[in-house]
This record gives sequence, C-alpha cells and structure tokens, in this order.
Amino acid sequence: MPTTAYILLVLLLPLTGFVLLGLFGKRYLRRLSGVIATTLLLGSTLLALGIAYNYFFGPDYKSPAGGRLIETVFKTTWLAFGPHLSIDTGIFIDPISMMMIVVVTFISFMVHLFSLGYMKGEDRFSTYYAFLGLFTFSMLGLVLSSNIFGIYVFWELVGCSSFLLIGFYFDRPTAVAAAKKAFIVTRFADLGFLIGILILSSRAHTLDVNQLIETLTSDSLNNFAKSPAFLGFPLISWGLTLVFIGGAGKSALFPLHIWLPDAMEGPTPVSALIHAATMVVAGVYLVARLHLLYALTYDVLQIILYVGAISAFLAAIIACTQTDIKRVLAYSTMSQIGYMMFALGTFRLPPPEPVFNPSLGLTASMFHLFTHAFFKALLFLCAGVIIHLVHSNELKDMGGLRKRIPLAHICFLIACLAISGIPPFSGFFSKEEILTAAWRADKFIYAIGLFTSGLTAYYMFRLYFAVFWNKPASGHPHKQPLVESIPLAILALGAAFAGFIPFSRLFTSADLPFKSEGIGTNAIPPVLIAFTGIGIAAWLYLRQSSRPQKAATALRSLYTFAYHKFYVDEIYLFVTKKIIFNWIGRPAAWIDRNIVDGIMNGLAATTARISATIKGTQSGRVQDYAWFFFIGIAGLAVLFIYIVT
Amino acid sequence: MTSIPLSHILIISTALFFIGMYGLLTRRNMITMLMSVELILNSVNINFVAFNKYLYPEKLEGVFFSLFIIAIAAAEAAVAIAIIINLYRNIRSVDVEAANEMKF
Repeated sequence: MPTTAYILLVLLLPLTGFVLLGLFGKRYLRRLSGVIATTLLLGSTLLALGIAYNYFFGPDYKSPAGGRLIETVFKTTWLAFGPHLSIDTGIFIDPISMMMIVVVTFISFMVHLFSLGYMKGEDRFSTYYAFLGLFTFSMLGLVLSSNIFGIYVFWELVGCSSFLLIGFYFDRPTAVAAAKKAFIVTRFADLGFLIGILILSSRAHTLDVNQLIETLTSDSLNNFAKSPAFLGFPLISWGLTLVFIGGAGKSALFPLHIWLPDAMEGPTPVSALIHAATMVVAGVYLVARLHLLYALTYDVLQIILYVGAISAFLAAIIACTQTDIKRVLAYSTMSQIGYMMFALGTFRLPPPEPVFNPSLGLTASMFHLFTHAFFKALLFLCAGVIIHLVHSNELKDMGGLRKRIPLAHICFLIACLAISGIPPFSGFFSKEEILTAAWRADKFIYAIGLFTSGLTAYYMFRLYFAVFWNKPASGHPHKQPLVESIPLAILALGAAFAGFIPFSRLFTSADLPFKSEGIGTNAIPPVLIAFTGIGIAAWLYLRQSSRPQKAATALRSLYTFAYHKFYVDEIYLFVTKKIIFNWIGRPAAWIDRNIVDGIMNGLAATTARISATIKGTQSGRVQDYAWFFFIGIAGLAVLFIYIVT
Repeated sequence: MTSIPLSHILIISTALFFIGMYGLLTRRNMITMLMSVELILNSVNINFVAFNKYLYPEKLEGVFFSLFIIAIAAAEAAVAIAIIINLYRNIRSVDVEAANEMKF
C-alpha cells in the first residue's frame, strides 16, 4: 500500500536530516545545514498533509459506521524474546495519530524556517538543526507507534532530544541546570509510565496498543473483578494511574510541572516547538490514545479531571505575576495543557447517570491541542522576535514596541485573542467545547475552567499591553528577515481560522457517531469573562501607571505566594536536599563506601598479603625448583605406594 | 647359566639415579648439571631394559622405549646446550647461581 511508504517517509526524512547533519554538518555542510534540514522537513510536512487529507476526506479510509478506519498499516517483529513474547514495531493510523503528524511536522517546519533567520551566525548552527531533526523524528515515532513499548522508546528519545535542546547553550550554568531538571523530573515520571506498561501488559498479555485496549475492554467487568487489588484499588487502575503519571510528567501537570518554566533557557524557537506545541502534548496524546481504557475506571478519570483542573488554575495564577515573557508563556502552556487534560477526564460520567456524549471531551481535548499548537507556537515565535529586539526577557525592558515590529504586533494580538477564546479566533471554538464537556461532567470543574479562562485573558493581555503599549510608541520599523516573517504570517492565519475546521465531525472516539454540540448561549459566560479579563489588563497596563503596583500591594500575600510559584520548587528542594540527601543518599553512600567497596578492597588486600608471604619460594634459582620438583614427586610416590592403596 | 639377579641391576640403576640427582642439585656448573641429567635418564634406561629382559623376555617394548629415551636425551642435550650458550653470552658465566634474574 503506497500510504505506508509515504508514512514511513514522513518519519524517516527528519531522521535523515539528523544523521546527515550530525555526521557531516560541522565540517562539510556548515552553511547549508539549515537549508537541508528545512527542505527535508518541508517534504515531510507536505507528505503528512497529503496523507492526513486522504485519511480524513478521501474515500479509502471510510469505516462502515461513517467514521474513519483505525488500523495498523505496517507491522514487523523487532525483538522476539520467545514464541509468545515479542516487541513489535508498527505504524498505527487513527484520527489522533493523523492529526498529530500534521501538527508535529507543520509546527516543526515553521520552527525550522524561523530558525534560519533567528539562529543565523550561531556557532553550533548545524548541531542545532540536527537536534531539531532528532526531536521531530522521535515525536513522529511516538505518535505513530502501534506498540506501547515502541511509544515508550520514542517517549524517552523525545526526553533525550529535549534535554539536548534545552541545554543547547551549555556554557550557561542556568541552561545546564534547566536541562538536568527537565531530564530528571520527566525521567522520574517515566518510571511510573514503565511500571504502568508492565502492569497493563501483564494483564492483557500483549504490548500492542490496539490488542491491549481490545483485551482489557472486551471482558472488562470480568477483568476488573478478577484483577487483584492493591491497597484497595484494582491493579488495572494502578497501571492506568501510573501511565497517567508518566504523561503528567511530560505534559508538565501540577506536581511535576517544575521543569517547564526552567526549560525556557533553550533557544526561543525550541521553546515554541517543544514546550508549546509538541512534546508537552505527548502526555495528552497518551491519555487520548488509551482513553477507552481510562473510560473503564471512574476513579482514575477523577484523578485526571482534578489534576488537569488544578494545573490549569494554578498555572494561570502564577502566570499573572511573572515578569519574564517566556515564563508567562510557559505557565500559560501548562494551563492550556491542564485544559486538555481535564477535558479528557470528562470522558465518562459517574456510572449511575446515563452516558451523554462520551466523545465530546476527547474531541474537545484534541481540538484544543490542535488550535493551541498554532497560537502557542505563534506566541513563542513572536516572543523570539521581541527578545531579539530588546535583548532581554524582562517585561520592564519592553513597552511601546508596536511601531517597531508591526508584523509581530499583529500576530501577537491574534494569538492573544485566540488563547483568550474571543470569537471567531480558533481558541474560542476549542475552549467552548472543553467548557461544554466540563459543564456536563462536573459543575465545579466548569467553574474552575471558566474562572481560569478569565485569568488567561487577563495575563495574556497583560503581556500584550506591557510589551506593545505601556510606553509611548517610538522608533521606525525594525527590518525583519523574510524567513522570520513568513512563519509568523502562516501561523497567524492558522491561529485565526483553525477553529472553522469541522473537527467534531472528523474526530470521534472508537467510531461513535458524533452529536454536534452547537455553540449557543453556553458561549456567553466564557466570552464575557474573557472580555472582563482583557478590560482589567487594559486598565492596569495600557498606560504606564502605578496601578499594577497598587494592585500587587493590595493582594500582597497572594501576590508573593504566586510570584514564588506557590513555593513548589522550594518544597522539591527541601524534599531532595534535606530528606532524600540526608536520609537516603548519605546511608547509601556510606554502604557503598564501607561495605561494597570494603568487600572488594578486603579481597584485594588479602590476596596481596598472601602473595607477599609466599613469594620468597620463587627464588630464581633453578636448583631450588629442582628440589621442589623432586620432593613433590617423592611425596606423590609415597602417597600412591603406601597411603592410597 | 647362573644369571645376575634382577635386584643387583636395580640397585645399580637406583645408585645411578641418585648420583645423578645429587649432581643435579649440588653442581653449580650448568654443563655438569646437564651431565647429571644424562645419568638420571640412563638409570631409567637400565630399568627398562632389565625389566624387559627379566619379566617379559619374549617382548621388545622396554628395549624400544630405551631407544626412544636415548633419542630424546640427544635432542634435549642439544636444546640445553643451546640455552647454556645463550646464557653464557648474556652473563659471561655458566654458573647456575649467576642466572637468578627470573624471580619475584
């Protein structure tokens, strides 16, 4: 089937870029490296768009129920451990993976293009593009893998390449620390993911995602009843919770979010690619991929619901107080990911109530993922332009920039309107669906979501006014290279109009027919609260005044609390430095130094002592040896003649 | 014919063996030590021939074995003398005590 070959090509083109630039980039392709990588990615993007168009609109993949076929198009055994246990690789196509390859390749291509201008003259230009290729490859592999172990392998590759990209400026200690932090925190979460995989596959006896879902859902009641309980919770629920923890680590959800703001130490286009549009949605993608399993377990869904809502809310509050433009954007990412996550948590109502429209939460979440990729990448790329202009990340160094970078100004405004959920920009439609799903599932979560959407509008427009207004506009337009302007313009178009894609008709769970949730009066409260947020932001930041200062003083305790990110970092530091280092690290070091090393050193010392004692027998005199030989033979003779017989 | 009893011959060969052993362990000159080794080998030859003659007169294995030993002794003497000559070139001596480098 030709589609398989095309999908493989989509996957392998970025890898080709990585290998080519990684091997020859520094010496031979220095000048060309950016162009080569961008061209390869262009090919990959066009192919992905074609495949996805064919999948969603073509006749080949229509399922009998009117939805889209879900199938594994390519499968091969990779590691065979035995007749019944093997790890396969394969390519899996369903609406989620088709949408994800479009998002990943498209955003990655935009970032490649933008970086041609942004990273120009950088010392490790070709290395940068090699890493981008590796990252794109691993992300594509992650979304296309048909085997959960394959997903895990690519998941780690994504973590590894993000480590490389965050620590790209490895001569800055902060970047090194941020890279290490991101790596360790996500690794810690991945441990949960791995254990979760093992639990699930040991129950289902397969590692293939499709079969896993089929086996566990087909006789689910049976399976859950039989499934042994651990701490009063069925084993499968534990497995799913652990997998969710893995996803929460990658997606920077509440207790594991601490790496995301620090990861802003990487180059800005990298932040756009990894920490806005692709890598952080890996967790959402994972939960969405396994949503049929999560639908079985009400408890785990509640965890997802609340973790998502808490992340959305806390991150929005923190974002209101930060003064570093990239950190504000990072927290807004975390908040939006929280939205996607709790939308997935609404997948099913509590058991006694009738299931309303199970697929609404999933569709909403994926829709928001799609639109978020556009406006968040746009925001980060604009931030890159701004940072290059003022050479600072701090809001106080900016202001009145609207005349100097008019294009970035317009784009930033569009993205802010989109993320705030103002119609008719893309974010409005997706956020609307999420809030509808939340309303149906849990009124409390809906209230949090609604309030958070007001906060979102406030902090985004705080950023917008502080950067582009606040001070009187001055200066003439800054000349911007074309390779930087084009991605901004394309992404702005996407952020403005992506909402009109009839997402809900293309995208349902397990081929369920979709009942449209029309946008009606339910759209009024979110839009009103968003306008309120914008109004407050304008009142505080449109002109330079002492109002922000006064507001901060009035809410002093809350402000300080939020400014220090609710002291989560300090709690982690306390736990690691004071508790883990003192009570686990030190005893372990003592055991290592005294017992493990002690045994080894003791063995060596004993051997040395024995050999020192007996080495005198090796005198170097031939006749002594002849004596030993003679005595030995005589002894043997005596032994055999008189004693043994 | 009154033949010489086997025990006499064995006493001779044992005496020869221990004379050789004594020479090997006490002489300092490597050539002399080599000669002592020849004595030991010859005492074994005597044993082989004597046992062949007295116990299995109809067979010839013992005689052939001693022929082999003579051949090997010749080869061994050639090798040993080559070693001794090389040692002499290096340390200007054939005293076995002088060659005591190979030790701990």
